[in-house]
Amino acid sequence: MSSQPRSQVTDINPDSPPPAQSAHEASPADSDPARAAQGARGASLAGPARIVPGRAQAAPAGLPAKQGLGVTLEQLRAFYGETEQLRGIDLQFAANRVTAIIGPSGCGKSTMIRCINRMHEEIPGAHAEGRVLLDDTDVYDPAVDVVAVRRAIGMVFQKPNPFPTMSIFENVAAGLRLTSRRGVDLRAKVEQALRSAGLWDEVADRLSEPGVGLSGGQQQRLCIARSLAVDPEVILMDEPCSALDPIATLRIEELIEELKRRVTIVIVTHNMQQAARVADRTAFMLAGELIEVGDTQEIFTKPRDPRTEEYVTGKFG
Amino acid sequence: MEAASVTGGGRTVLVRSPLTRLPDRALRWTLTVLAALILALIVYFFVRLVGQAKPALSHQGVLGFAFEDSWNPSAGRFGALPLVVGTLITSFLALVIGVPVAVAAAIYTTELCPRRLRTPLTVLVELLAAVPSVVYGLWGIFFLAPKLRGAEQWLADRLSFVPFVGGGLVTIPNCFITGLVLAIMILPIVSAISREVMSTVPSDHREAALGLGATRWEMIRIAVLPYCRSGIVGGAMLGLGRAIGETIAVTILIGDSPKMVEHLFGQSYSLAAVIANEFGEATGIHRSALFAAGLLLFVLTLLVNGLARWFVVRAARIDAPPRPEDHARSGPAVLAADTIAGA
Amino acid sequence: MSGPVGSASPSELLSRFSISPSRRRRDRLARGTIGAGTVLALIPLVLIVYYLLEKGLGAWSTDFFTTDPTGSTFFKSSSIGGIKSAVLGTIEMVALASAIAVPIGIGVALWLVEYGRDSAFAKTVRFFVDVLTGVPSILFGLFIYIVLVIGTHSSYAGYKGSIALSLLMLPVVIRSAEVILLLVPGGLRESALALGAPRWKMIARVVLPTALPGMVTGVLLAVARAAGETAPLLFTAASTHGTSFNLGGFMNSLPVQIYNDVTSPTAAVVNRAWGAALTLVTLILALNVIARLIARRSRLT
Repeated sequence: MSSQPRSQVTDINPDSPPPAQSAHEASPADSDPARAAQGARGASLAGPARIVPGRAQAAPAGLPAKQGLGVTLEQLRAFYGETEQLRGIDLQFAANRVTAIIGPSGCGKSTMIRCINRMHEEIPGAHAEGRVLLDDTDVYDPAVDVVAVRRAIGMVFQKPNPFPTMSIFENVAAGLRLTSRRGVDLRAKVEQALRSAGLWDEVADRLSEPGVGLSGGQQQRLCIARSLAVDPEVILMDEPCSALDPIATLRIEELIEELKRRVTIVIVTHNMQQAARVADRTAFMLAGELIEVGDTQEIFTKPRDPRTEEYVTGKFG
Repeated sequence: MEAASVTGGGRTVLVRSPLTRLPDRALRWTLTVLAALILALIVYFFVRLVGQAKPALSHQGVLGFAFEDSWNPSAGRFGALPLVVGTLITSFLALVIGVPVAVAAAIYTTELCPRRLRTPLTVLVELLAAVPSVVYGLWGIFFLAPKLRGAEQWLADRLSFVPFVGGGLVTIPNCFITGLVLAIMILPIVSAISREVMSTVPSDHREAALGLGATRWEMIRIAVLPYCRSGIVGGAMLGLGRAIGETIAVTILIGDSPKMVEHLFGQSYSLAAVIANEFGEATGIHRSALFAAGLLLFVLTLLVNGLARWFVVRAARIDAPPRPEDHARSGPAVLAADTIAGA
Repeated sequence: MSGPVGSASPSELLSRFSISPSRRRRDRLARGTIGAGTVLALIPLVLIVYYLLEKGLGAWSTDFFTTDPTGSTFFKSSSIGGIKSAVLGTIEMVALASAIAVPIGIGVALWLVEYGRDSAFAKTVRFFVDVLTGVPSILFGLFIYIVLVIGTHSSYAGYKGSIALSLLMLPVVIRSAEVILLLVPGGLRESALALGAPRWKMIARVVLPTALPGMVTGVLLAVARAAGETAPLLFTAASTHGTSFNLGGFMNSLPVQIYNDVTSPTAAVVNRAWGAALTLVTLILALNVIARLIARRSRLT
């Protein structure tokens, strides 16, 4: 791992103008050039001058901000058979914020977010205990239907996986069709979702082409559009950029910035620079436990726990 | 169907009526019933078969039935021994002739042949499985048997000192021809399984041998074949099971001798053939005896196939510890084996 | 050539790195034997195809396919008829058998992959499917005879033959469908579930469409097998000479027609058998070829 990332103190108000340029510091992840201006945060980890790469994707159509719902984990424990993977996690994800989960491989990041939308129990022999509250309702409550949970809490996976037998349009509409919304104007919803995902301009003229024909980055944005089409409250992202090139990663990070105005976002990432770029708050996990959580700047500049400090300074990982 | 309201708390968004869970439940229930149907089917089959076989079995006793050495419907005595012996001899003959050829073809296509010939050759061997049983019988009796009769007679005369093999008169339906045609019929399945097992040998094994300076054959002998032993044995046994259960081709080619087969080039009988030949007109105890023969056949194939699968599974597990991509591959292997040869 | 360190001469070095003649001999011998074995494996196919074509093509004519067999075994070939009822009968019975075996087979495979997985019950089901795979075909005929002929005190019928054939097809369909369903990537299922799809929709709208070409291949192979089977039909559908569209009565079929004709003393009848055999093999080969072509279109294999 590399240098210690430094970030500027900025305010999180979405409407504030981008701050002045920061001094740089070389960082391998950003050694490739340009980052577009971040709408809100402007936090940069090193990075040279901001040049918008390629054709600027206009900020996704100004869809109105929406009051999202927060998620709270209370004493969440997760098991694979008899083995306990997560030990009693207490964590809050604030509404309309981006929270990043970082930690070394195997620390349980993916397991944790899979417990939030109850995908963890799809693995044979796996189960979870504790409470996961969407606003004020426990998603594990017996009265709650797991299918409804997943409509409200969407997920984007590491490997983009558009449905191979469907076109681009059908992929985005799949979420709506699979959840059988009636009386919905599919075309309008699909366009809105594609715009929110920043993909509309690129695919508007080829909606009937197969979804798998797009590039990796486009496929991932397609999957994001697919998740957005069902109007979730929360979107969970499990290392969404790890299979993508830097330019595609950049696009998606911009997207996250914009999306948080309408949904709550939890992103698992093994790339600390990414966490520093996109997240408002960051949580650090180790061996199934939550070690520390706080504002992203604090985690990276003034961590309280020595283990956090060791991880963010690259002593292990 | 569910709340679109978003300003409320979690509960408005998450509640779903129990009615919508119905399709899931219905699907799961239906499919489970279907799966259970398979079990019920076989158990029921066995029970009914035993029921129909009972009269004959109690008439002669199970051992009496199995070991009496003459199948004599007109006298009311039904000995299954000649049938069993005929079945086993022809099947083992099929193994002796067919397995080496099948394994040779498998070795050739996996290890020795040029890349572009691989698929055509494989397809050609598998095409043998597309020929239906009755056509094998037809071809055997009208083409092969007459053509080989001279050679068979020559062999029988030359080897007249060998008991069982020599010294008799070659008949047109005979035991040997049956075994030969059965060998051809089991070629595809033994070859397919051998091929699959051989192709799962990791290339590091092969490279290690070649790196030591082994010749091609030595490499095969050292690195490939020992690895595949269980699998090939399993494949051979599946072939055996197929040969034992084969009905129509055998019926046409084996004759209908009610006595114990006397020599290799003479007529014989088999469990499946006796049913095919005599069931149409059998009544009473005769019919029951035929059911008993069917029961015996069922048990025999069950044993052989069970043993075969144990070998194939063991091969997959021990000789080649499963890798995730292999799970999908061994599937096709067994699938290929079953589908193409219908064992 | 510059010499290496040491004083060995070039020819001595070469001999150190060469293979002894006996090893080379053994290698050649082994390769030769294996090659011979392979050729041996291919000969029967060539002979069968050749003989089928030689004898069978001669029997083919428009009349051959458009007239029913007359059952006459007398000498004049013009009076023995063709194989129309046999071809139609095979098509009818195999169609009905598929209609029974395919839904049930795919259903069981779906259960095994989506619900049963590795449970004890699933393992038992798989074991019994294995058993079913190894049952000799004549026993299926006997079983249906017991249940539907003796049991109902009625006579032979086409649909009874179909049921026997469907029992034969069932394990093939189940096996092939299970293999294909297992090849559907787990990520696709996860995506559908994570969108909030109920399980049945995930299966119907995502899993099945993706698995479709592979499953069609498996079904076609099962159909090809059923079309060629004789023994299950002998005591269930029996045979008749006239064309019938009534599956409730006796029904002719290609394999049974051939079987009946094989033992005939009349040369013309035997000739007809060859023509029928060529027809049957062509039908089965066509199904196999189509199955393979469809398999190529599958994204999973």
